[in-house]
Amino acid sequence: MTHVRQIVEKPWIWSFVGMFLVWLATVLYTGGTGATQVITAALSFATFTVIVGIGQMFVITTGPGNVDLSIPSTIALSGVLAMKIMGGSDAMLAVGLGASLASGFAVGVFNYMLIRLLRIPPIIATLSSSFLILSTAIAYGRGLKIKPPRMLADFTSAQVAGVPILAVVIILFAVGMSILLNRTLYGRSVLAIGQNMRAARLAGIRVERIRFATYTLSAVLAAITGFLLAGFSGGASLNMGQEYLLASIAVVVIGGTSVAGGKSNVPGIWGAAMFMFLLVTMLNTFGASAGIRLILTGIIIVTVITIAGGDKPAR
Amino acid sequence: MTPSTRKIVTFEKVAKHFGAVKALNGVDLHVDRGECLGLVGHNGAGKSTLMHVLAGTLSPSFGTIAVYGEDITSSYDVGVANANGIRCVFQELSLCPNLTVAENTRIFHPSLKGWGWKRRASALIRTKLDEIFPDHGILPDDIVGDLSIGKRQMIEIARAFTVTEAPLNLVILDEPTSSLDAVTSAQLLDYVRRVGGEDQSCILISHMLGEVLEYTDRIAVMKDGAVVANRSTKDFDRDSLVKAMGNVVEMAEIQKHEACERVRGETPLVLEAATDGADSVAFRAHKGEIIGLAGLAGHGQTALLLKIYDAATKRRPDLRIDGPLALVAGDRQTDGIFHLWSIAQNIGVRSLPRMVKRGLIDPLAETALGEEWKDRIKIKAPDMNDNILSLSGGNQQKALFARALASDASITLMDDPMRGVDVGTKLEVYDLIRAEAEKGRTFLWYTTETDELKNCDHTYVFREGVIVADIARVDLSEEIILQSSFKEHA
Amino acid sequence: MIMLAYLTSPKFLRSALPGASFAFLLLAIFYVQPNAMSYFGLNMMLQYSVPIALATIAQMFILTVNDLDLSIGAFVGLTASIGATLLADTPLLGVLALAGAVAGYALLGALIHWRNLPSIVVTLGMSFVWLGIAVLILPTPGGTAPGWVKSIMALQLPFVPFPIVAALVIGIVVHLFLMTSSFGVVLRGAGGNARAVGRAGWSLLRIKVLMYAAAGLFGVLSGLSLIGLTSAADAHIADRYTLYAIAGVILGGGEFVGGRVSPIGAVIGALTLTLTGSFLIFLKISPDWQIGAQGAVLIIVLALRALIKRREA
Repeated sequence: MTHVRQIVEKPWIWSFVGMFLVWLATVLYTGGTGATQVITAALSFATFTVIVGIGQMFVITTGPGNVDLSIPSTIALSGVLAMKIMGGSDAMLAVGLGASLASGFAVGVFNYMLIRLLRIPPIIATLSSSFLILSTAIAYGRGLKIKPPRMLADFTSAQVAGVPILAVVIILFAVGMSILLNRTLYGRSVLAIGQNMRAARLAGIRVERIRFATYTLSAVLAAITGFLLAGFSGGASLNMGQEYLLASIAVVVIGGTSVAGGKSNVPGIWGAAMFMFLLVTMLNTFGASAGIRLILTGIIIVTVITIAGGDKPAR
Repeated sequence: MTPSTRKIVTFEKVAKHFGAVKALNGVDLHVDRGECLGLVGHNGAGKSTLMHVLAGTLSPSFGTIAVYGEDITSSYDVGVANANGIRCVFQELSLCPNLTVAENTRIFHPSLKGWGWKRRASALIRTKLDEIFPDHGILPDDIVGDLSIGKRQMIEIARAFTVTEAPLNLVILDEPTSSLDAVTSAQLLDYVRRVGGEDQSCILISHMLGEVLEYTDRIAVMKDGAVVANRSTKDFDRDSLVKAMGNVVEMAEIQKHEACERVRGETPLVLEAATDGADSVAFRAHKGEIIGLAGLAGHGQTALLLKIYDAATKRRPDLRIDGPLALVAGDRQTDGIFHLWSIAQNIGVRSLPRMVKRGLIDPLAETALGEEWKDRIKIKAPDMNDNILSLSGGNQQKALFARALASDASITLMDDPMRGVDVGTKLEVYDLIRAEAEKGRTFLWYTTETDELKNCDHTYVFREGVIVADIARVDLSEEIILQSSFKEHA
Repeated sequence: MIMLAYLTSPKFLRSALPGASFAFLLLAIFYVQPNAMSYFGLNMMLQYSVPIALATIAQMFILTVNDLDLSIGAFVGLTASIGATLLADTPLLGVLALAGAVAGYALLGALIHWRNLPSIVVTLGMSFVWLGIAVLILPTPGGTAPGWVKSIMALQLPFVPFPIVAALVIGIVVHLFLMTSSFGVVLRGAGGNARAVGRAGWSLLRIKVLMYAAAGLFGVLSGLSLIGLTSAADAHIADRYTLYAIAGVILGGGEFVGGRVSPIGAVIGALTLTLTGSFLIFLKISPDWQIGAQGAVLIIVLALRALIKRREA
């Protein structure tokens, strides 16, 4: 019995329950056709949300006010940069990936510098920097229409028995990130800072190093997403990161991470990302118009957070 | 309305349960008009819960609350308490830091509105501050957030005594002197005694038994959620009061250790800090010493501790530190505990680097450390994996001590860590600190309680951010510290 | 000497920063483009500051109680869509719809308070809802603004251009309400220490509902003033306003938490933000760098603020 209770009390379980229910509704409506194809598609698309979601999760875990709003523009910059450098050539793949990672690292360093040197709230810092990053991407990649290298395109869309290879890789990556969060000094420090930054500093945690690492991690993950997404969708575009701002925050919250900081989990991000994709699929299957789709998406996010509830006020 | 009874408030068999925890277990208590009631007891005895019930911020699980003999248990809440002139100054400050002193007064009084409310609010609070704390140096237009914690507490107390439409019958002061220095504390307590004669009543909750014995008319002693003694103050002395509270350790313990004086300079210097000011005494600590930091509250003691703490990670030319540091916070909620974590995790956080095996933290090592310190520092908890907030305040503080003592730190900084901790816990921790010092650890101990300085080998007295005296234990006395704390010409 | 000390004190500098950055930008524009220094020039440059200022004030109300509204842009888009369709075609229905939108905001405040929810997530979700409704009402860009809205926004005042007067009036009215009235004190107090305000007997639920309703009202005004300028609407017309509104409050000296806000500063912040766009056009900077420059202005002002703060410490 206690095992059942322990599982039910896990905050991430609900995202998987929601994912299953939405899938079930879709499949019942279609009478069973496309039941597995939907899962395949969900795995493919959720992968990208998961990568940025994990970065956003570490940022949000460091406490209230910590959100990375520069994710969309970082995705765009990284995608544009990598595509242009690689120019569709497989030989340049490593260079392109390197450039993409470097751009993410640079963004992370810049974001943290703004937060640290200007002592401004991270929301504002990442918001301001996102303007600059996006402008850079626009100026650099004007009129861009470059196909990704074959190998990258193949890798991002490869499947074995309906299971996307990339999704498997990212599931393994998520396991690694979960260990990073729960079992390493870095992860513990993030959790401590999220509960009480001052107490964390006084308990010997090097707060600023950890925050630096966290914002850099988030930006680098966004850059990786931009790289892979450009490969997956046949080229980079300036607005390809747009939907990931809301999506990255939504999956973190729906996945059971506390917005007040100090409490988070990785599995929930996978569940939530799948849930979000399947939800839109379901609404499309039902033939809902764009307006209805938007309204329902919004209502579900609000409902989930209402049910999950805010943080119990400390005694 | 003329009250038909002298009893302002009467509690009968009041109980408050939080789940399985019985914070209050059938309390009988009343407050007479014009009297000052002292309320004492160890942490977790239920004093704060009782006061929250009285203030209307918690409703009792059982029992009756009567105001002027009338049973109003069912309708009792903050509004009813206010309407009946019952006010409470809580331990955690309830001022809005973004507002001015006058604006904070306005929040408290719904009737301060319309044209000229600001002028009236300013006059109201200024008059009361002048009355209680002459020379307070606070302006009604000061933003509260810019003021020191001591001044904020003065405002909070003065505000509780201001009167507009609602009458004022009873003010509850929960550890009011915790952030006040000796002079302002005395001013406050004198005022409390003065208004007692004017038909206003007061409940004084304090760990400073001296205050309670000197300034109250009657003392109620709480233990395990009930009132176990309730007599006129004249019938108590320090010993009988401590006995009534249920102390296991005798106060004599402190005296015994006073005998063993260490000769200074026999052990190597581990910390040296230059302080500002031309005639300031240099701050030095040797291996195995317990160094006291004294003086009026907010005169640079905490600032120096933080400066030393920061210097451990960022080198400074004016500070020399030899050995790793740990800090025991006094303000548990803001500086100490991690509220989402278990007791064991809270203890282990400072020692995590030691528990890493092949890049990963070993969970067994963390549990083992928790269990070890549960026994060594006697934390009263059924399971060290329970949340830290399930502990009483005193036990939370023990966990913070365990965090520092379990670490590799050879120098421990203590920022008034015994604030609001009961006597029993204190004596246990004193012993532990002395034992650790014997083993060669160094302690820097800021405290607002002069009694505690008896544990220290040397005491530095601070005034306006500068060290003005260095007192060895043999020379230590309350008078000397007070003398050094004030300017010579004053 | 005392005067000079006061003028260089961090406290004064901090309060003067929003106005100074606005003045600096204005002077820079006059230097680059002297033609702008005229009634019509100012009118042109600042006309969009009215809807932005109103949205900024809406955001400021939310920030006062320590929340953040990520849906104000979508909400302004919705009210603009209602304004250009229902309000123009069937005024009664339009008014009811707008009143319903404000009530929706108030309910949101109640929900956030009742369940102690993170406002960022709730408003993030609501931004989808507002956008969805707007798309339903106005699937493709179009509609027409009611004539009276257009004529208000086209008002020609003597000597001082309408946008400046309107912004000033907005700032002063909100200042009187929030900063000097006895009730405004309670509202700001709830941002500083909600528990204390609750203990003093005030209903935190009512405070939050009121602040969200006020934000909704200013969102409606922002949407209407916007279509008064553009004549037509689009569900996405104000997507950028979410960011503008946050930036406006911050440029105006407001803090993120703790109820430290300034209505007049917020309005000045909105004006500054509007000017940035014009400045870039005058400098003939490629439109690619438009948003980048807005980010840069934000960063520069924040850097100045950090410098002042450092001196304070």
